[in-house]
Amino acid sequence: MNKNISIENLTRGIIKENPTLVMLLGMCPTLGVSTSAENGLGMGLATLFVLILSNFGISVLKNLIPEGVRIPCYIIVIASFVTVIEMLMAAWFPALYKSLGIYIPLIVVNCIILGRAEAFASKNNAFQSVLDAIGMGIGFTLSLTVLGSIREILGAGSFFGISLFGEEAKTILLFIMPPGAFLALSFMIIMFNKIRGVK
Amino acid sequence: MSYLSIFIAAIFVNNIVLSQFLGICPFLGVSKKTSTALGMGLAVMFVMTLSSIVTYLIYHNFIIKYGLEFMTTVVFILVIASLVQIVEIILRKVSPALYQALGIFLPLITTNCAVLGIALLTVQKNMGLTQSIAYSLANAMGFTLAIVLFAGMRERLAKSKLPQALQGTPIALITAGLLSMAFMGFSGVGN
Repeated sequence: MNKNISIENLTRGIIKENPTLVMLLGMCPTLGVSTSAENGLGMGLATLFVLILSNFGISVLKNLIPEGVRIPCYIIVIASFVTVIEMLMAAWFPALYKSLGIYIPLIVVNCIILGRAEAFASKNNAFQSVLDAIGMGIGFTLSLTVLGSIREILGAGSFFGISLFGEEAKTILLFIMPPGAFLALSFMIIMFNKIRGVK
Repeated sequence: MSYLSIFIAAIFVNNIVLSQFLGICPFLGVSKKTSTALGMGLAVMFVMTLSSIVTYLIYHNFIIKYGLEFMTTVVFILVIASLVQIVEIILRKVSPALYQALGIFLPLITTNCAVLGIALLTVQKNMGLTQSIAYSLANAMGFTLAIVLFAGMRERLAKSKLPQALQGTPIALITAGLLSMAFMGFSGVGN
């Protein structure tokens, strides 16, 4: 019984309640950084780590935080973890840090993180909250990486920076430009809904 | 950078929503009717300009002075969240009419990444006070223009027949994509 709930919490975010494709949260980083598979993966993993830390921190602190000021408290917890991740990325992955730019500090206002804090971590114990964070984070990372790959393959003719069609190939430049982000995500949601069997 | 070029660049060429992808959540969420879209745009304009002044003063008189640059994100988000609360309280007392018009949108603005994003960008670009006010006002105008145009298109779309697979979010995203393509026509202007 208990084990079933854990598995349910872990897998919920990947398909059934996928944060990007079903709940439509965190649209800004999704559209903004998905110009290549590498950026999408990097952004997804950074968000995954912040999500795990903040869900853990908030579910541990939930009894100490007064009801009336809980949202500002959550935001401080999240902002502190984002700052930590930002500094680690600047030290270890300077190239990725540079290409993600302003979107790293903006993880603070990613609705997925505050949403999970309010909807899940504030009501459940630390272990279940971490499972929920891992599931949601993986769901977000997967959809960002797939969207990034589609845009990179169509728009730049490469995959994780490796050229696929040779130097001469003509690519659909539109897809690495801003309009391509909207169009690619739209088609991805249509396909995802078809696969899930939603009418 | 002259002020005119700041405005043209921020409103048309590098539109905050359609080419920088900041503030997408309210852009998709509060754009079903032109009137509410306009209300949201005005609320963002108000808060963004005010927050750029406050964050500028705090950054230069406090954060830099005490060497706390690593705290910038934490401080800025707290400043914006409390600013939104204060604006809401003051508006309710001083101008109930304006509060009626903007009220429901104000709490939503705290998690609008455009406000925090612009505050961080003005600091990163080392702008002076008047320049950062102009920059945030221009970006907020760009946001308002984009969301009102988008709401107008969605109002029309709501009356037309669509294939089932496209209904809801997918068609909204395609519309936004087309709008973004139209704005690409401005690229190169002002250089």
